[in-house]
Amino acid sequence: MYAYDEIDRTLVNERVSEFRDQVKRRLSGELTEDEFKILRLQNGVYLQLHAYMFRVAIPYGTLATDQLRALAHVARKYDRGYGHFTTRQNIQFNWIKLAELPDALEDLAKVGIHAMQTSGNNMRNVTSDQWAGVAPGEIEDPRIWSELIRQHTTLHPEFSFLPRKFKIAITASDHDRAAIKIHDIGLRLIKNEKGETGFEVLVGGGLGRTPFIAKTIKHFVHGRDILSYIEAILRVYNQYGRRDNIYKARIKILVHELGIEKFSREVEEEWQHIRNSSLQIDDEVIEDIRSRFTYPAYEKLPHMPDELRQAAADPDFEAWRKNSVAPHKVQGYSIVTISLKPTGGPPGDATAEQMDALADLADKYSFGEVRVGHEQNLALPHVAKRDLPALWKALDKLGLATPNVNLITDIIACPGLDYCSLANARSIPIAQELTRRFANHELANLIGRLHINISGCINACGHHHVGHIGILGVEKNGEEVYQITIGGRADENAALGALIGPGVKFDEVADVIEDVVEAYLALRERPEELFMDTVKRLGVEPFKERVYATR
Amino acid sequence: MPLVNGGKITGDGFAKLAVDTPLPESGDILVPAERFLSEAEGLFKRAGKVGVIWPNNRDIAELVPYLGKLATVALVFPTFRDGRAYSQARLLRERYNYRGELRATGQVLRDQFVFMLRAGFDAFEVKKQADAEAFMQTAKRYSVFYQPTGDGRITALHRRMQLRHSEGVGT
Ligand code: HEM
Ligand code: SF4
Repeated sequence: MYAYDEIDRTLVNERVSEFRDQVKRRLSGELTEDEFKILRLQNGVYLQLHAYMFRVAIPYGTLATDQLRALAHVARKYDRGYGHFTTRQNIQFNWIKLAELPDALEDLAKVGIHAMQTSGNNMRNVTSDQWAGVAPGEIEDPRIWSELIRQHTTLHPEFSFLPRKFKIAITASDHDRAAIKIHDIGLRLIKNEKGETGFEVLVGGGLGRTPFIAKTIKHFVHGRDILSYIEAILRVYNQYGRRDNIYKARIKILVHELGIEKFSREVEEEWQHIRNSSLQIDDEVIEDIRSRFTYPAYEKLPHMPDELRQAAADPDFEAWRKNSVAPHKVQGYSIVTISLKPTGGPPGDATAEQMDALADLADKYSFGEVRVGHEQNLALPHVAKRDLPALWKALDKLGLATPNVNLITDIIACPGLDYCSLANARSIPIAQELTRRFANHELANLIGRLHINISGCINACGHHHVGHIGILGVEKNGEEVYQITIGGRADENAALGALIGPGVKFDEVADVIEDVVEAYLALRERPEELFMDTVKRLGVEPFKERVYATR
Repeated sequence: MPLVNGGKITGDGFAKLAVDTPLPESGDILVPAERFLSEAEGLFKRAGKVGVIWPNNRDIAELVPYLGKLATVALVFPTFRDGRAYSQARLLRERYNYRGELRATGQVLRDQFVFMLRAGFDAFEVKKQADAEAFMQTAKRYSVFYQPTGDGRITALHRRMQLRHSEGVGT
């Protein structure tokens, strides 16, 4: 966990008091809606279909239990008793009153969380691997660098009015759980031949209307230079990024229009001017941040405790353990993923009661720490293996032990027409229907790892381009129509999915997905061949045939 | 539009010329970029101070030969959501060591004062009278800054180092 000090707390409090004043000026009419809009967005406040929506940052996905309880408190006191975890390590509240927002922010500030820059054309919440610091084999805890960058980009005086939003993600593992290749800047922590820590820097990834996989702009930037290098990229983008057309304003378009070589020359030139400035990070600064991350006092525990051996006789426990429990870097411990995808529920939602209860469980079983991942699930990062059976029972009582992590019902979905004013189609009801169709655990297990991602419009908040199966809602002649893609992925081999054919109607979507899955089961060479591998081997055609032959 | 300079609302001594306004006999003038570049020599021979209004999509490096003689550089925020002039300001101050007046013009509202001060602006043509009056109060809104810029304010990272050293090693 990272501990805010007096300096961090002062900044957050000053931000809250500024926003209180801005809300007051808006309510009195001193600020026009046009003027206020940018200011509220910079504080995570959107105006949505039904009400104001409030987005709170969970930097690099790490939450302390008092912070989770504060989120539950906001859900209960200012909203309708639940919150929605998103793909960007944020939580959103959908029914908040503008006049109460400063109070909600003040309540959150007490535990060191805030909504700064969770929206608007500035640098957004820095995201990272939800298993950071506990995943076996990572280079080092990427959150130390995430925190450095979080601080540097918070209220940055040059980059708070960029052409468009800007997202940075960091991973330190071979297996990329932070989806760095679909971010404006993706950072992969590596060591060079001398054993020094640095980053491979990728740039220009993103989804939305024009999706791009990020390209490597530099193979190694030393840790001490990472702030100046990011600053150089941003300065080039701030000056040359397009502002004439909101759809072309993201850095991915600038990189695409200039070409990565020309873009990287511009960055390199800018960087040479500033790399030896006060932006250079000395070891002492990094050590200071490192020292404020505390790690649990792990015990020496057996690899296979008796409790686990006994519980293995229970098939329900085993079903859950197999897909929710992952290896930890410390022997005797596990990382437990908590599915927020119950059968028939909206993906990513958690009630205030669930959040509070989960905070209690994390205190009891995970050294007071909870994580949020981009798949809209939560995780407990330090669970002793002997506690797994007891934890499972407790989670099951809360409706938080659905054994479907990484299976076909572990669906990512944006809010779509149920909440979002930009939506063309519903997302949540599609996800709900699919979780019912595939509720049979045997079947889901037979299918194996398969990610379905759903967006209610071209903005791609549900990451549909990078779903193994992607579902995109569009509007055609006043009707909701869904386009289906296959073969996308967001990990270290990130790829965009390919369309399998014409869009289908709302009522047909679940049938079509069933067809795609049946086609896969018939086409795979062996049970171990995952959906993604079959698609890679055979391409779109056989799936297209199966789906459209009878339609 | 009220002008805030040195933290106070002041009168603006500069006459703003258009591309084709006849050059006044005397007095301080602010000239659009195109005209400034084509007439610079003549302008500096006149009595009276010269300033330039520089658009936010033109390379600020073109101004470098004149920086020693310019009394003011006015950068433009066509809307307050267009942040290009922040980069220009920092380049002028930090890379090209410009020490004259740096003026923010256009859509300048109180909610940008802190960002502008940090980027190196010291004069502000403020859109609303009430915002101009609130300058001092708004400019002091923040006491913590995370990034180093040319304004010389100590950053949070370095303040922590200082605190740590003053507490002594091992505490
Ligand atoms: C309900 C209010 C929301 C609104 C108005 C909204 C708006 C948008 C817009 C306009 C874009 C496209 C930006 C661009 O490409 O330039 C976008 C992208 C995105 N949003 Fe949302 N969104 C909302 C909720 C969400 C939620 C709930 C999630 C997560 C579940 C999310 C995650 C994302 C992601 C991951 C992208 C793609 C980013 C990229 O292209 O790099 N958003 N959103
Ligand atoms: S993808 Fe479209 S519908 Fe879904 S949340 Fe984003 S903007 Fe709204």
